[in-house]
Amino acid sequence: MNALSLFKTRALASPQDGDGDAASPRCAPAWRAPLVMLALGLAACLLLPDQLGLLTRIFIMGLFVLSLDLVVGIAGLATLGHAAMFGVGAYAAGVFALRVMPDPLVGLAVGVLAGAVLAAATGAFLLRYQGFTFLMLTVAVAQMVLSLAHKARDWTGGDDGLSGYVMGPLLGQFQFDLEGRLAAFYALAVLVVCFYAARRLVDSPFGMAVRGIHENRARMAALGTPVYRRLWGMYAAAGALAGAAGALSAQTTAVVGLDSLSFSLSAEALVMLILGGAGRLSGALVGAAVFLVLHHTAASINPYHWLFVVGGLLMLVVLVSPAKAVAWLRNRRGGRA
Amino acid sequence: MITFSNILIDGLAYGMVLFVIAVGLSVTLGLMRFVNLSHGAFAMVGGYCVALLTRELQWSFWIAVPLAVLATGLLGALLEALVLRHLYQRKELDQVLFTIGLTFVLIASTNALVGPQVQMVQLPPSLSGSVDLGFRTLPAQRLLVIGVGLAVAVLAALTVTRTRFGIWLRAAVDHAGTASTLGIPIRRVQCLTFAAGAAMAGLGGVLGAEVMPLEPYYALKYLVLVLVVVAVGGMGSIAGSLCAAIVLGLIETASKYLASDWGSLFFFAAMALFLAWRPNGLLKR
Repeated sequence: MNALSLFKTRALASPQDGDGDAASPRCAPAWRAPLVMLALGLAACLLLPDQLGLLTRIFIMGLFVLSLDLVVGIAGLATLGHAAMFGVGAYAAGVFALRVMPDPLVGLAVGVLAGAVLAAATGAFLLRYQGFTFLMLTVAVAQMVLSLAHKARDWTGGDDGLSGYVMGPLLGQFQFDLEGRLAAFYALAVLVVCFYAARRLVDSPFGMAVRGIHENRARMAALGTPVYRRLWGMYAAAGALAGAAGALSAQTTAVVGLDSLSFSLSAEALVMLILGGAGRLSGALVGAAVFLVLHHTAASINPYHWLFVVGGLLMLVVLVSPAKAVAWLRNRRGGRA
Repeated sequence: MITFSNILIDGLAYGMVLFVIAVGLSVTLGLMRFVNLSHGAFAMVGGYCVALLTRELQWSFWIAVPLAVLATGLLGALLEALVLRHLYQRKELDQVLFTIGLTFVLIASTNALVGPQVQMVQLPPSLSGSVDLGFRTLPAQRLLVIGVGLAVAVLAALTVTRTRFGIWLRAAVDHAGTASTLGIPIRRVQCLTFAAGAAMAGLGGVLGAEVMPLEPYYALKYLVLVLVVVAVGGMGSIAGSLCAAIVLGLIETASKYLASDWGSLFFFAAMALFLAWRPNGLLKR
């Protein structure tokens, strides 16, 4: 949280805020996309009151994939261990609610802090390596966290999962209802705020430097950018967002399982990110929504059926990339006209 | 003392299984620069072939194994020739996504064709017994696994360093354009290498059926282990993969015997340490 708020203040202080500034290359203001998303999310919640559980899940996974996009799409670090931060955030929020106090917002802060601390601690070690070595080391870290959570049965419940905590009322007056209406609105609100924060973070000078490192590490180092420190900051910020997503998941479902730390969660999030398009933040949300809706419909027919769908979809996306398909369509329409 | 020797034998056998599965991936990843995450699926196909041939058709284990290895190799060659070769020039992420998608489809097809239950590989009587070595009796299956692992290591190393094919392979890897101008059939070399890697994985799937139970999710479950072996051993290094597989196999087996409630913590901790110490592979400075 500390790191995140620091960057936020930096982003706010950045001079490129004025829309009339001719030198500013940005066209859309940072609040537009989150606002559109808020409208879409609210509309979905009101139009589909039977699907509030699925919608809450989409908001939470959207936040998680968003944080993954900061690492993969913005910083260009391929990782398969992002679930570690999600799971630690979830367990931190769950244990906090069970043992200290049931207030959701304080629990959310605890989850954010846990995710950021884990990301900062492991990032300090991981970010010395690049490419395939980095990828495999993230897997190792995530699996070690999973083994530790499995071992620390007294705190995490081990295989049985952590449950038995009841969340207190939000802001001291709104009680979590059985239909999950408040849970959905709560998750949506947190997602919108985090989306705005991530947008500002990515457009800040700090975010620009990280994107520059993604494009060309050697050149940014030659320009005097402290490459390691910038990547570390971005990794910690992404960890904070992933922790927030984990805490939301723990608070809205009232149970935390070992699967929130699993390899498959990391892999699925990566698939969602690629489906939506990496590096644009909004793509992360689109990917999460498409993936989860597909999952929901296909898996309700047959769980293995679902693997056919997602496997075929993945192969199709690689063979016919969305950008290429759009270009092809445009060409054909242009050719006819 | 008994525990110690048990750990040694089981760990060696486990390491050999990991090595036999990983060697093909190490070659395609290190020499052909192709990230093939569907490699675990090849091991699964090999194991399933043997399990089904021996159980449903009552074939002899000794006929079923070579046939299964051959079938896996053919499947690898077919996939390579039809689809995967178009991905050699693509970005790593594209390769990862495509092969993961392929793995999903293979898992789903396995489930649709055979069902979700665990498949047992029925060993012939000569393997299910134990062998008296004078000082100790050891399970014959473990000895076979260790022997086959060593044979695969020696054969692979000799093929790459000593044969005409190995020279072609290294030439094709170093500079494909020049190699093909010199008349080396690049496409055939790549296809054969990929098929051989897939066939080895199939063999590993059969050998390891006892420690890694065959089920549809096999392809994903053990993929991480195989990737760890390749990463620690260094991509493209056969000797490195062998060392990494044996050390990691011993560590995993020892932690299962002595500290089972810690899960895979020690395995992954060892991997992180090795990678931090030698990021390019155990045997490369």
